[in-house]
Amino acid sequence: MKRRFVQTASLLVAAVLLGGCGGEYPQSALHPSSDFAGRLDGLFNQIFWWAVGVFVIVEGVLLYTLFRWRDRPGRGRPEEVHGHILMEIGWTLAPALILVAIAIPTIQTIFVVDRPTDDPDALVIEVVGRQWWWEFRYPELGIVTANEAHIPVGRTIDLRLRSADVLHSFWVPRLGGKRDLVPGRENHLWFTADSVGVFWGQCAEYCGTAHALMSMRVIVDTPEDFAAWAELNAGDAVPLPDAQARAGQGVFMSNACVSCHTIRGTAARGVFGPDLTHFGSRLTVGAGILDNTLDNVVLWLDSTQHVKPGNFMPEVTLTDDQIAALAAYLRALR
Amino acid sequence: MSGPTSTGVSHRKLAMWTFIGSECMLFGTLIATYMIYRGRNIVGPYPADLLNIPFITVTTFVLLMSSLMMVLALSAVQRGDARGTKLWLAMTALFGLIFLGGQYYEFSHFVHEGLGLSRNLFSSSFFVLTGTHGAHVAGGVIWLSTLFIRAQQGKLDRTHAETVEIAGLYWHFVDVVWIVLFTLIYLLV
Amino acid sequence: MSANGSHESLYAGGIWSWLTTVDHKRIGILYFVTGFVFLLVAGIEGQLIRTQLAQPGLRILDPELYNQLFTMHGTTMVFLAGMPLITAFFNYIVPLQIGARDVAFPRLNAFSFWVLLFGGLFLYASFFFGGAPDGGWFAYTPLTNAEYSPGRGMDFYILALLLAGVGSIAGGVNFLVTIVNMRAPGMTFMRLPLFTWMALIVSILILLAFPPFTVGLVFMLFDRTFGTHFYDAAAGADPVLWQHLFWVFGHPEVYILILPAFGVVSDVIPAFSKKALFGYPVVVFSGILIAFLGFGVWVHHMFSVGLGPIVNAVFGGATMLIAIPTGIKIFNWIATLWGGQLRYTAAMLFAVGLVATFTIGGLSGVMHASPPADLQQTDTYFVVAHFHYVLIGGTVFGLFSGFYYWFPKATGRLLSERLGAAHFWLTFIALNVTFFPMHFSGLLGMPRRTFTYAEGLGLDLFNLISTIGAFIFTLAFLPLIANLWRTWRRGEEAGPNPWDAHTLEWTMSSPPPHYNFAVTPRVDRRDPLWHPHVEPGLGWAGEVEPGGVSPRLQPDDPPEPIVMPDPSFWPLFMSIGLLIATIGGLGSLPVTLVGAAWALVGLFGWAFEPSEGGH
Repeated sequence: MKRRFVQTASLLVAAVLLGGCGGEYPQSALHPSSDFAGRLDGLFNQIFWWAVGVFVIVEGVLLYTLFRWRDRPGRGRPEEVHGHILMEIGWTLAPALILVAIAIPTIQTIFVVDRPTDDPDALVIEVVGRQWWWEFRYPELGIVTANEAHIPVGRTIDLRLRSADVLHSFWVPRLGGKRDLVPGRENHLWFTADSVGVFWGQCAEYCGTAHALMSMRVIVDTPEDFAAWAELNAGDAVPLPDAQARAGQGVFMSNACVSCHTIRGTAARGVFGPDLTHFGSRLTVGAGILDNTLDNVVLWLDSTQHVKPGNFMPEVTLTDDQIAALAAYLRALR
Repeated sequence: MSGPTSTGVSHRKLAMWTFIGSECMLFGTLIATYMIYRGRNIVGPYPADLLNIPFITVTTFVLLMSSLMMVLALSAVQRGDARGTKLWLAMTALFGLIFLGGQYYEFSHFVHEGLGLSRNLFSSSFFVLTGTHGAHVAGGVIWLSTLFIRAQQGKLDRTHAETVEIAGLYWHFVDVVWIVLFTLIYLLV
Repeated sequence: MSANGSHESLYAGGIWSWLTTVDHKRIGILYFVTGFVFLLVAGIEGQLIRTQLAQPGLRILDPELYNQLFTMHGTTMVFLAGMPLITAFFNYIVPLQIGARDVAFPRLNAFSFWVLLFGGLFLYASFFFGGAPDGGWFAYTPLTNAEYSPGRGMDFYILALLLAGVGSIAGGVNFLVTIVNMRAPGMTFMRLPLFTWMALIVSILILLAFPPFTVGLVFMLFDRTFGTHFYDAAAGADPVLWQHLFWVFGHPEVYILILPAFGVVSDVIPAFSKKALFGYPVVVFSGILIAFLGFGVWVHHMFSVGLGPIVNAVFGGATMLIAIPTGIKIFNWIATLWGGQLRYTAAMLFAVGLVATFTIGGLSGVMHASPPADLQQTDTYFVVAHFHYVLIGGTVFGLFSGFYYWFPKATGRLLSERLGAAHFWLTFIALNVTFFPMHFSGLLGMPRRTFTYAEGLGLDLFNLISTIGAFIFTLAFLPLIANLWRTWRRGEEAGPNPWDAHTLEWTMSSPPPHYNFAVTPRVDRRDPLWHPHVEPGLGWAGEVEPGGVSPRLQPDDPPEPIVMPDPSFWPLFMSIGLLIATIGGLGSLPVTLVGAAWALVGLFGWAFEPSEGGH
């Protein structure tokens, strides 16, 4: 009951504080949408209110003191006071008690969130961090995709985090806290999303030039939508709808693209870059940095080093027609 | 800036103790790294393939004896025994040199057997740990040699006993560090 | 050396006299100027960072340059601004507070300064030789290894910090011995001024914290240069080792930066309250406790690494414990203020400003002491807000408080209090405008070390406010500069003790004679100047005026000859050798050997130089 009140109150304060700004916060730690994020937010709220209390008391007493005892003419030299044992004990014990009050839920939460999940029905997703994009593999479902993970609402998601190069950190704030991707280690992170939606995340451990542009989306689907998505994405590339897309496929296969990218069902088997088999069904281009529109795909193909400086995709010299065809092809890979 | 100090311990001696405290952290870190990486080697050669325990036991004994020489040198300079001072300082430095020679032999043997610095995790942590210790011994040998030359010139009499004592503190410390290294690297192989 | 320490002569003399000086006061000023210049440089870097982040999607700086700038901003602020400024105060003030004529090893002191200066210049030379380091001040591997950072930048970082670290350790030895061994008769440990106490604790921290960092840097250098495998996961090693070594150093480093500021405040607040420090022993022991606990909390920088629930619980708990001694200090400062006669000089404003703003930084610190809560906060702007509150609201405020407090002692002139107050208020406003919004941008999803952010995140307004605040910081320096200019042109004479302060540095003329104390003072209690007694026979000048300003307790001329160390060229000579060796570390063994030989020559020259001259 009290917990509920604290949460509501804190949300109210947050709403007041943020009210002037309007808008949505797709990457906010203050708007939890999973059990994991909710636990962290609840804990944060408790600590936050303790801190507010201490802040008000300390700053209040300080300001009062600074005003009350300001130098005024006619006062003699202050009385010598060298200390007071009881007061010292008091202001040692009071913070200690508050810390105990914080430490108990902290430790309880640690032993929930820092342990691997014991849910046998959890959906395992392997996350591989790469400079500067995310690879998602669903071993049970035979899906390999990049930068966007679809998950079903209400089912435990068990992430296995690895790195292919440097340190990264997986962070989708509305679904939970960070965990690092460390070369030579496999880390775990699990949560159960409680509402459908598109949640933003990005790499939170500095990983080099394009660290700022290593974003991702986690799309929480209804179980039915997820099943449909999984069925589509487990399969090979879909048949191409028109001549322009087929021309684009030709451009793709005869250029450097094939050496880095995989498009299942074609000759493209590269593993250095993202799997593009169902690129057309994704929301974004370039690891969550541009909406997946035709214009943006053209922009990405035409000047990838300007859009995302430092990324490992070379700017291949192509004619405008070739780029348009290539874009049409990629967009057709639904 | 000599003269009485607040603690009665001279500045230089207190500084050496302080420095040794700091050095403990240095070697502590190196040793911890070696111990953490023990057994995590992926490619050979492995420690058990190469470490020559009898040989290192001998050089360890030599280094231990050098500490004894150091004690004798200090005692000589405190007595004002010029001959003894020179003799034992020279012997300390010489034993230190023998130890370094042994280390040189060991290192070149390892390299010959294919264990260069960058060979594997064991070689990296082994060479940097023992090499850092070797550099400390070498610094000590240079220091002791300087003291020996000063003694030769007749500039190291009883009033300089503390100079020798401080060099001795350093030398014994380096020696103690080796005992730890010997135990952890060679005896626990 | 001149027998008559006429007060004007302290800073007189040509360039050569500064290059060879071993006087702790001159070295203090060299440290101060160096640290202040680097503070401005790093401030400009911060300004550029904020300019780039004013709006989403800006491309004022390209990402490579941005990454270099935030790396250099952090590295400079910690190693080349913070530590030198702190060391400047140690140098100038500590010997005066304990009644000593210099530090224990004056030439080693000069050496410490020169290697620090060379380390700083070497680091900045990287801009002209292929680009500055861009791996962050924390230099996490594998990003900083030869494969992912093939340029020279990280080599400059490693070598510069190794070089400067030599000076820090030498300084740590020097100040520890000075404080333990050179206290005036009667100056027991429990009578030491708080600033000196914190200097002692910080010296110990430096001595214990720098070696692990040094080892970590050497590992990194060897991995990069010789292909060793200390951080190479493919060879069976664990790259997280570097994080441990870095933070075993890095967290105590935070206390190296903050405890001296606490020391300043613990001296300034009593002076301007006309009231002894409340709970002196408690304040001292809480400082010791903070330092001790500081070695057991480093993993709180690594809660997201995945070290397991037990490790995280232990380090989270230890981190929370630090809040207790920190709170004790704050409560004792408030208790000191209580019932005092508070004079709001610039020094006092910065001191109470520290109490107010450090409290905010401390409270946000408790929030990420809780490992699960930290999983949302680490590596976001929430943490950026936190540590700027403690480092600006703590360290910088403390240092400015000390600057305004001791400036008259070092120069003999009084600064304008009105301009000082303007400086304080502008800085105070800038701090809060810049960094308070970062709490929100962090919690709403802005990671650190990103050269830009997406438009749809809702972070635009917070970032714009922060950028405006950063420009107020620049504005805040104007009154300071005007103040220095004014005081240089026509500053009032300060006299020995303009504040009616309580510690020994206020007994002699301002600036002090080069030998500091004509007569070694005798101390029979804390705050000796508030309870002055004139010992007959020692020739101390002045009478105690009841209720008036304390008299000068030191005569103008020493009654007997004073032996002071001669200036020496060898510290600079040896530092140049080490600089050459460092340059060789970029890839030339012969240059390293030349430098090492040079340094060795310097060492021998130093060792056999007659170290004491008469005058």
